Amino acid sequence: MTHPATAMPAISYNFAYLDEQTKRMIRRAILKAIAIPGYQVPFAGREMPMPYGWGTGGVQVTAALLGADDVLKVIDQGSDDTTNAVALRTFFETTAGVKTTSHTAEANVIQTRHRIPETPLKPGQVLVYQVPIPEPLRFLEPRETETRKLHALSDYGLIHVKLYEDIARHGHIATTYAYPATVNGHYVMDPSPIPKFDNPKMDHSPALQVFGAGREKRIYAVPPYTSVVPLDFADHPFTVQRFSQPCALCGAEGVYLDEVILDDQGGRMFVCSDTDYCAGRQAEGHTGTLSAPDAPTRADEGPKEGCS
Amino acid sequence: MDAAPLLSVEAIAKSFTLHLQHGLRLPVVAGVSFTLQPGECVALGGPSGAGKSSILKMIYGNYRTDAGHIRVADGTEQVDVATAAPRRMLRLRQQRIGYVSQFLRVIPRVAALDVVAEPLLAEGVAPEAARARAGALLTRLNLPERLWLLPPATFSGGEQQRVNVARGFIGRQPLLLLDEPTASLDAANRAVVIDLIAEKKAAGCGLLGIFHDAETRAAVADRVVDVTRFSA
Amino acid sequence: MTSSAMPRPKADDEAPLLVAEKLTRFYGARLGCREVDLTLHPGEVLAIVGESGSGKSTLLSLLSTELAASSGRVLYRQRDGVTRDLATLSEAERRLLLRTDWGFVRQHAEQGLRMAVSAGGNVGERLMAVGGRHYGAIRQQAIDWLGRVEIEADRVDDDPRSFSGGMRQRLQIARNLVTRPRLVFMDEPTGGLDVSVQARLLDLIRSLVAQFGLAVVIVTHDLAVARLLSHRIMVMKSGRVIEEGLTDQVLDDPREPYTQLLVSSVLVP
Repeated sequence: MTHPATAMPAISYNFAYLDEQTKRMIRRAILKAIAIPGYQVPFAGREMPMPYGWGTGGVQVTAALLGADDVLKVIDQGSDDTTNAVALRTFFETTAGVKTTSHTAEANVIQTRHRIPETPLKPGQVLVYQVPIPEPLRFLEPRETETRKLHALSDYGLIHVKLYEDIARHGHIATTYAYPATVNGHYVMDPSPIPKFDNPKMDHSPALQVFGAGREKRIYAVPPYTSVVPLDFADHPFTVQRFSQPCALCGAEGVYLDEVILDDQGGRMFVCSDTDYCAGRQAEGHTGTLSAPDAPTRADEGPKEGCS
Repeated sequence: MDAAPLLSVEAIAKSFTLHLQHGLRLPVVAGVSFTLQPGECVALGGPSGAGKSSILKMIYGNYRTDAGHIRVADGTEQVDVATAAPRRMLRLRQQRIGYVSQFLRVIPRVAALDVVAEPLLAEGVAPEAARARAGALLTRLNLPERLWLLPPATFSGGEQQRVNVARGFIGRQPLLLLDEPTASLDAANRAVVIDLIAEKKAAGCGLLGIFHDAETRAAVADRVVDVTRFSA
Repeated sequence: MTSSAMPRPKADDEAPLLVAEKLTRFYGARLGCREVDLTLHPGEVLAIVGESGSGKSTLLSLLSTELAASSGRVLYRQRDGVTRDLATLSEAERRLLLRTDWGFVRQHAEQGLRMAVSAGGNVGERLMAVGGRHYGAIRQQAIDWLGRVEIEADRVDDDPRSFSGGMRQRLQIARNLVTRPRLVFMDEPTGGLDVSVQARLLDLIRSLVAQFGLAVVIVTHDLAVARLLSHRIMVMKSGRVIEEGLTDQVLDDPREPYTQLLVSSVLVP
């Protein structure tokens, strides 16, 4: 469904909140990021009228990208109607007056926290990620001066040490989200805390993917049709999560499911994390085991750390 | 003699300057000259303190030489130990000059058998063959087999000396320096060392030694170079 | 005399691995070390001795490219036979050298190990850094190297925080030698260890050096360590090399007043 653009309020903002010079500065950073796929471009991030951890990096990228004719979708862990998604959507409705939507196919700018939509992206679409920690080497090498050199030299033995430790301790690579990947054969990137289930969707995507980290003031990008290869070992290849059952509401298989607790007796169900995709399938008449007129309230799950 | 000497010592001199004793200068020897031919055993003679050990150490490059030349044959080359670069000296020790010192310098944790076999291993002999030769020598020197795999640090003086002798004689260097090789040995083992020296001579090696024991000296030495006349 | 009349022995024709020419380093106005020349050949062990502040650690840092020289240069013959001035290496080349053809064993293991990473990960890091991407093969090599340094295979997944001081040093050695370097720098590798632990470590280093024909530059203030491990020795005082030569010669027949003082200061049990 398309939400009608709300009327501009009495207080007038510059289009999309940021002033034009700031948006130019951010666009230059985005262009540089596109030119050097996976490279973290520093930018002069602004204070936004929301706290760090609420998507300030993604919001600035979106503000710099939006034009008056664009249609915006905002999702938070796959859902269009959680607090974060609603707040950011309202922010742009208020400050830019752009049309918003929850349908992946109708949007040309999609700002996301922690998911990539199930509906395949198309040429011309831009996916904007909210990134808490842009540096994939941060917890292995705390010195920024050193991590920059490691990136410049493609010196990524260290990150394999982390994967080695995973296998040594857990018998398999236990990293399940923010799974590092090599972009265009050079830079290793933190894809933001999306589940590793979504990693394959990044590879050679027809859409432009831009990552904004507000607290750390970094922007990086994956241009359309660019290789994004998850790191792994020859004898422990990258695999995605599999679910033993289809979505309880729409019967979808091969999609990312959230676990929903139904009662205090341990009752639970697994449903699509992507609410738009699930609703679309239900509208087409697909049903699951628990399809009911009054679906239970959704609970969020997944990584809980802050996200800017 | 026609053959080129294995060793030619030409007017060498040595003194120590003890800086911690206000620069006290201790002359040791001066003007020492002699030669050593293949198949010959020469004893250095003279009382204690005459500088016999110092001369051996100078030839081995363990002490520096202040003046003169110490020429050691190495193939067609005559290497002057007095001026040889450290690397050259190390190679000379490995290939040309063996040395049986008075005391064994113990290497922690290394078994007696391996201490003895080491010179052969350095030459590139296979470990098993080197150990077999080492075992044969230790047997001849009556070192009980139960000691072979122990580090010699805890051995008695006589046992250590036999390990030391075996280590010195196992090598194939044509020039062998012996500093009191029989000092702490009983008569039976002294006889073994005398046999070993005779075998080296027969094999064309030259030996230069200090033999405190007159009987041993008489048994092995072809001639005696009296060091007293060179005392500085 | 022509060179054919006096053929040089073959081993002398072997080109040096590492050459330092007039290496000088100042820290501001203070001297670190001055005009040090040295040549190191494959398989040679050189000890640099001297007391704290003598410049021996500065020299080690200059040789290992951790520190830039104020003047002078360091040349290294690479595996491809080409000799390079180390100051002209790109950062990528320098790092590749450091993690393949060189090793560095530090006095404090926590500076040479990743303390939060398992023993296997510590040993495997260099393999992964040069492209190793088979977990099983990396792990097998790590276990193999732990065995060579006398660490039980069942410790492969323990991190070095649970290791004793001697084990940490042995792990450091395994971590460095796994890529079969030709040159290893050692900075007081036995410092701070119990005597019995020291003896075991020295014996291990001795046998690995012989087995792999390693060239080693070892900095130590312990003359017994120098005597046991090194072929040659350099004595430093106030940033300068005051005496050098065969290890046993310098220690048994020291010439300089300072060297005589050092040698006479050794405690003999």
